[in-house]
Amino acid sequence: MALKRIMPCLLLQDKRLVKTVQFKNPAYIGDPINAVKIYNDKEVDELVILDISATKLNKSIDFDLLKDFAAECFMPLAYGGGVRSVDDFQKLFTLGIEKVVVNSLLIDKPDIVKEAAEKYGNQSVLASIDIKKSISGEYEVFSHSKREIQFSFRGYIDYVISLNVGEIMITSVDQEGTWNGYDTELIKIVNDLVDVPIIANGGCGTQQDIRDILYKTDIQAAAIGSMAVYQKKDMGVLIRFPKRNQIIKDE
Amino acid sequence: MIYIVDYGLGNLSSIKNMFKHIGIRDVKITSDKNELVKADKIILPGVGAFDNGMQHLKEYDLIDVLNKKALVEKVPFLGICLGMQLMTRGSEEGKEKGLAWFEAETKKFELPKGYKVPHMGWNYVKAKKNIKSFLIRDIKYRFYFVHSYYVQCDKDEDVLFETEYGNKFHSAIQKDNIIGMQFHPEKSLNFGMDILQQFAKL
Repeated sequence: MALKRIMPCLLLQDKRLVKTVQFKNPAYIGDPINAVKIYNDKEVDELVILDISATKLNKSIDFDLLKDFAAECFMPLAYGGGVRSVDDFQKLFTLGIEKVVVNSLLIDKPDIVKEAAEKYGNQSVLASIDIKKSISGEYEVFSHSKREIQFSFRGYIDYVISLNVGEIMITSVDQEGTWNGYDTELIKIVNDLVDVPIIANGGCGTQQDIRDILYKTDIQAAAIGSMAVYQKKDMGVLIRFPKRNQIIKDE
Repeated sequence: MIYIVDYGLGNLSSIKNMFKHIGIRDVKITSDKNELVKADKIILPGVGAFDNGMQHLKEYDLIDVLNKKALVEKVPFLGICLGMQLMTRGSEEGKEKGLAWFEAETKKFELPKGYKVPHMGWNYVKAKKNIKSFLIRDIKYRFYFVHSYYVQCDKDEDVLFETEYGNKFHSAIQKDNIIGMQFHPEKSLNFGMDILQQFAKL
């Protein structure tokens, strides 16, 4: 098997790194280029960077920043935020970005997702799916545009798979930024539904959380957010990354 | 001067960026055969389908100059990913003839249940022969792979590294001055930097 992967999932807002809690209250972290230089030295397996301003404010992709970022990034890089056309995919790949992350586009323009997967290979198209529990405790798809999503949770997973994406990142909105651990049950359900690789995201607070999600659910990849940018919960900023051999023992 | 061959396939700046990062600045990207004549070292990258790759090399009229540099002048020559596969006789992926610098075929993965194609992600390599260059200094060296086809050499002596993904395959090959790597050193952190540094010193 390819090796299990652990990756920081970073959020960009107006050229700055931020960190949210349950998708709210973005707090300033620092300069993205400095961060990526540190992650190179820490030997992170992969990096996901999501521009939350590009999606929300309907802004275009900050290609200038991404060019500088990609030039310092010596590991596979996935980017999401404001991607709207096949031409956007092309431009991102030209900068040296490995995978394009799509979220709202899955609903807004599914044909673009399909076309990009066909044209560039589906390993380069990463679907990001955000899931939130309803008041009654049911899993529901979280929409960034406040638009009603017509799918049930399971129906949406099937729908996304039908667009031929190569990989799925599942983020638990309830866990995101809380340090309380991944939603293991959610990841297990999705893993049983799909054949493509899954990245678990949202809630990681300890190295044990990473071990648990990678080994109790048998998925290939785990994303970390707060743990990669803060010293501890409610403590100051620190760009950091756990040592691979402290988490992954069996390779 | 190290030349990176631009034949219209994939992203080339990552390789140049990594060279820059490790302090090697005499690197140029070109698609001009008249420039390539001057190369001290050549890198042939590439992603995508085999036939498309060979057709692009023909369209850019690069095959003669590449043959001359690799086989006659014997400059250090590194093929990465599709660039490695193009150095074989041909691929199960297409009908075009390859450059045939290696007695090798490019084959489609046939994998045990549970293994996905493409082979995407990090994996280890195991050095197969004692060579002066491309030492893997630590068995925990890992590299980033993305590929659906793999190279199989006829002769063991051409195999540099092996990697296990369902079955063993030849993840790097070498014949004199010509080297092929299935993985992407330019995306493989310090491990890839070490490989490119070693290539630059050949």
